[in-house]
Amino acid sequence: MGWFTMHYYCRNLLVLTLALTGAAAVAQGPAYQRGRNATEEEIRAWDISIGPDGKELPPGSGTATEGAQIYAQKCAACHGKTGAEIHPAKLTHMGGAPGPLVGGVGTLSSSKPVKTVGSFWPYATILWDYIRRGMPEFRPGTLTVNEVYALTAFLLFQNGIIKEKDVMDANSLPKVQMPNRDGFVPPKPEWKPGMKRPLGYYP
Amino acid sequence: MGSKQSSRRRFLKGGAALAGLAIGGIPRAIAQVPRVEKADAPPGDSRAYGHRSRFDTSKRLDDTHAPHGMTTPIQDTTGIITPNGLHFVMDHDHMERPDIDPKQHRLLIHGQVDRPLSFTLEELKTLPSVSKIYFIECNGNSQPPRGPGKDSVQDVHGRISCSEWTGVPLALLLREAGLKAGATWLVAEGADAKRYAMGIPLTKGMEDVLVAYGQNGEPVRPEQGYPLRLIIPGFEGNISIKWLRRIKVVDQLYVPRHQATNAELMPNGKALWFNFQIGAKSVITRPSGGQKLPGPGFYEITGLAWSGGGAVHRVEVSTDGGKSWKDAELQQPVLPMAWTRFRSPWTWNGQEAVLQSRCTDERGEVQPTLAQLREVWGINSDFYFQDHFNGIQPWKVTPDGVVHNALLLS
Ligand code: HEC
Repeated sequence: MGWFTMHYYCRNLLVLTLALTGAAAVAQGPAYQRGRNATEEEIRAWDISIGPDGKELPPGSGTATEGAQIYAQKCAACHGKTGAEIHPAKLTHMGGAPGPLVGGVGTLSSSKPVKTVGSFWPYATILWDYIRRGMPEFRPGTLTVNEVYALTAFLLFQNGIIKEKDVMDANSLPKVQMPNRDGFVPPKPEWKPGMKRPLGYYP
Repeated sequence: MGSKQSSRRRFLKGGAALAGLAIGGIPRAIAQVPRVEKADAPPGDSRAYGHRSRFDTSKRLDDTHAPHGMTTPIQDTTGIITPNGLHFVMDHDHMERPDIDPKQHRLLIHGQVDRPLSFTLEELKTLPSVSKIYFIECNGNSQPPRGPGKDSVQDVHGRISCSEWTGVPLALLLREAGLKAGATWLVAEGADAKRYAMGIPLTKGMEDVLVAYGQNGEPVRPEQGYPLRLIIPGFEGNISIKWLRRIKVVDQLYVPRHQATNAELMPNGKALWFNFQIGAKSVITRPSGGQKLPGPGFYEITGLAWSGGGAVHRVEVSTDGGKSWKDAELQQPVLPMAWTRFRSPWTWNGQEAVLQSRCTDERGEVQPTLAQLREVWGINSDFYFQDHFNGIQPWKVTPDGVVHNALLLS
């Protein structure tokens, strides 16, 4: 079997297998030869997505003690001294000022739920990702990697999730257990796309 | 850096078998012809780019819920297409809209793929494209408003618009990049200052998602994501990433901050994940809140219906507060995940009347009443900020002809 026939045969077999198993991934070659191969350097420069397991976290580290100083300088003006305050000014579009970053644990099933980093966010890595990507407001992208680790550590400490001296780095941060880790449920496990949905559930 | 050169590089890398696939393919990117600027059409000249009549004053309004949002005057738009200048705006997580030079813009596709690819806009436009009519609705649309003066259909339901979007199917681009086994989710990211990002199930990405460069016959408007916007039909608008510049294929759900904080809290304290799809929904746009009927007589009741789960199958209209219902006429075309215009004749006798519409989609999902939604959601203080609110909207016409929002909130 020549390379091409082999390739062709494998492709069809693959497509068939995948069609039968309903898997989403379809392995095949490019049909249009358009676009340019992206270099690893290029990807590294752009890729700022951090997954729940933190495998993209860069080398570096920080503690809450270090974070407290940076927070006072770069964040407290908007988020309050401790992070539990609500900024009085209307700084943003989404319902006005940002909500508190700290507190709220135990309120989610009450009549006044307080969603914060500590009470609501499922993974500690989201905090790292968001601080690097979006904060401080108006000057996003200006923090160093170590500053982001330190600020993440500070907010986790303020929320009582880690200790003041705990070092946050690519290894320790993904292991931090967030209080609301199990607070997220799919609407109905038996629901599949195309099926009529149970009332009120909008998957 | 034309596509010719880069594809030659890939040709050399990929070997003869891959080249075989390219033979007889799509013509190469059209060479750039220098544009002749004509001096007789200065910017803003309506001979070069037409304006509407000065008597037409219909406009977007500031969204009272969201200082950076603007609502669409859906009481004024006709048919099922929103004019580009009136498309609602809801900018997430950035203070300044990016001003992107399309020649500099790139779309990067990487992650769990065999060939990470970077596309220019011109390269994308040479690929097979499709044009589709889809609505985009903000997940926060239709939350029952509070306070006086929040009566109009624009205030309550104006965070939705419907356009013809033209672009390359995302599935095609993902196939070009080659999905690796284990790929299950996507992360899409914009080129705004805060790099707004959202996760999308790969199954949806392979189904009907578009990488759009066209909106109603012209380039996507800057406030809609110029030069590229991801269009995710039927799903809440906040994941249709504007200024799209990066798609990362991943092997598990990544939860960018907005996805975590948007998760809908239930009364039991648990939050719903994968809460993407817009429910079956409709609203009467004329007569609607804030309008005034000049006197008894004939009126055509008209409005819009849509569902994130497919095509609208049926719209019923009631003029007696839901005691009796009558099928409305559906204006063709009736398209999946697009607005459907409905019409129903009505003669107003001058008495108090409550007008409402009820949508059933092709899956048989029926638009719920407020009471039904309450049962599901429970009543907590967050209730009136419930996302994905698709309850039936009643409008009350009082004998003076004034139309009021009659969604009872107590
Ligand atoms: C100029 C004001 C300002 C400064 C300074 C600022 N923030 Fe923010 N922060 C905001 C606003 C506004 C939001 C809400 C953004 C949105 O919703 O789009 C926010 C949101 C956040 C959130 C997400 C909160 C949530 O519950 O979703 C975190 C975490 C955060 N900021 C951390 C920080 C850190 C750490 C710093 C210091 C480096 C910082 N911020 C500096 C204004 C500010």
